[in-house]
Amino acid sequence: MLTYVVRRLLVAIPTLWGVATGVFIMARLLPGDPARVIAGVLATPEQVEHIRHQLGLDQPLYVQYLDFIGRLLRLDLGVSAHFGSPVAAEIASRIPYTVALAVTAIAIAVILGVSAGIGAAIRRNTPLDLVISALSVFGISMPVYWLGLMLIVLFAIQVHWLPAAGADSPTSIILPAFTLAVFSVGLIARITRGSMLEVLNQDYIRTARAKGAPFRRVVLKHALRNALLPIITTIGLQFGSLLGGAVLTESVFSWPGVGRLLLDSIFFRDYPMVQGLVLLFAVTYIAINLLTDLLYAYVDPRIRYD
Amino acid sequence: MRTSIPAFDTTELAPPAEGEIQAVHEAAWRQLLRHRSAVAGLVVLAVYALAALLGPVVFHQYNPAHQDLNAVLLPPSPHHLLGTDNYGRDELLDLVYGSRYTLSLGLLAVVIGVGVGVPLGAASGYFGGWADLLIQRLTDIMLAFPNIVLALALVAALGPGLKNVVIAVGVSSIPNFIRLVRSEALKVRQLPYVEAARALGVPSARILLRHLIPNVLAPVIVLATLQMGLAILVAAGLGFFGLGVQPPTPEWGELLGEGHNYIFRDANLVTFPGLCIFFAVLAFNLVGDGLRDVLDPRLRT
Repeated sequence: MLTYVVRRLLVAIPTLWGVATGVFIMARLLPGDPARVIAGVLATPEQVEHIRHQLGLDQPLYVQYLDFIGRLLRLDLGVSAHFGSPVAAEIASRIPYTVALAVTAIAIAVILGVSAGIGAAIRRNTPLDLVISALSVFGISMPVYWLGLMLIVLFAIQVHWLPAAGADSPTSIILPAFTLAVFSVGLIARITRGSMLEVLNQDYIRTARAKGAPFRRVVLKHALRNALLPIITTIGLQFGSLLGGAVLTESVFSWPGVGRLLLDSIFFRDYPMVQGLVLLFAVTYIAINLLTDLLYAYVDPRIRYD
Repeated sequence: MRTSIPAFDTTELAPPAEGEIQAVHEAAWRQLLRHRSAVAGLVVLAVYALAALLGPVVFHQYNPAHQDLNAVLLPPSPHHLLGTDNYGRDELLDLVYGSRYTLSLGLLAVVIGVGVGVPLGAASGYFGGWADLLIQRLTDIMLAFPNIVLALALVAALGPGLKNVVIAVGVSSIPNFIRLVRSEALKVRQLPYVEAARALGVPSARILLRHLIPNVLAPVIVLATLQMGLAILVAAGLGFFGLGVQPPTPEWGELLGEGHNYIFRDANLVTFPGLCIFFAVLAFNLVGDGLRDVLDPRLRT
């Protein structure tokens, strides 16, 4: 197991390096002159030149690249063009909001998705199954940005139960967390249903029932445990789309997390910030995929990676 | 003493005949038409296709981008069935014309995904070696970005607009096709009749075209259909945030984004464009699921 962990970590390094290089290339594709954007329209040519020199943009490309990678290794993401403060500090101040939103959403998604999936599987081909399956496909087809707007119209404009935007009250998280969860609820419910149906057909389930084990116990102890693998993988892989969805959801609800910061920074043409955030999203995604794989190996003792 | 020569099954060596393939296609189509949710999806898509193709012909006397600043944010009336938006555009006509933009965005993006992903995946799986290694590392890097983040980063780099949205969404769908086709190519390479063809010295390009492509067609069609839904979701999302097609071109995401600014005055302007996007994505997901059940029963959930 330890060798497997170490090997997976080593394999992640070239991917991380590739991601950093990709972000560097993307930043060079950007239209316009970053020095001019940062200096503002009223800057004199000397000021623009000064900023260009400060940013190292007058250096040859390979020097810029080595400098970029070198600073990344020291976790130095540069200075935000919009805020004027270090990118890393600004991102760090937003992370707790996104973590709170993502964790709440994934909790909602796991609880609703897994129980709906089990319900549909044990009541296969009944109206309950039909309704759950239909709602699941609705969930995965829902544009999060639209769902967010509809919930704002219903709960904030029509009945004033919940705040429409911001993070000022404890109830502020309810609408964005639910919005963000809907896609995952649908997907987790589908995978759980499929996985449970497969396991419920196995001989040992029939044996357990024949021996008189109560239905509840058979479903929760015998079936669910063995159906867990695909469910865990889905939840892990889900986290990536959840992070992507967070960008859209946070912007709809003006939730002050890293997702909204990314969209705002695109509008401000704050390239150091965009670069830092895109890197953050990729690194988080890689880390979560790695954790999913490790958890996978932990849950299923049959899987041994040596 | 008679020695029995073990029978050599030559049928395994023969690729499926043309007629057989034809029959399989017809059977699949009939099965799809019995798949209730897939038929529901097909009906929705047919309605959208009619709106996109015939809408502008029926309403040719209107200009979709026509702005009437004396008639902004009107409530629904017999004259404007869904009211008007902040530019004084008729909301219903916007939606009819918008179907052209949103659906072609999705279609073109998936064309990029298939056009680049399928050949790369085929080469990666079939030839192996350093090409495989290189393509796999590139795929890993692209898959390290959440889909929307990759599309956003590309649009941030390329700038907003119809063409750039197509590129951004298309590029972000490429790795999925590479992965799928690569794994199929690995399987096809092992098939007896493909090995036989290789042993006979049939050129690789011909083997890929004659044997690999027909084998990957079914899963690629399924993935492309499901990716259409995702592409529309992401493209309209970019439009919603003002990074896609620019107003006054009526694209569903752009209409939804404009409506967002007037959400407190007129909820219709956010309700209907969103419904159009939702039903388009839903329809592609239903048809995609149906196709998967019919074409690839192994993947049935």
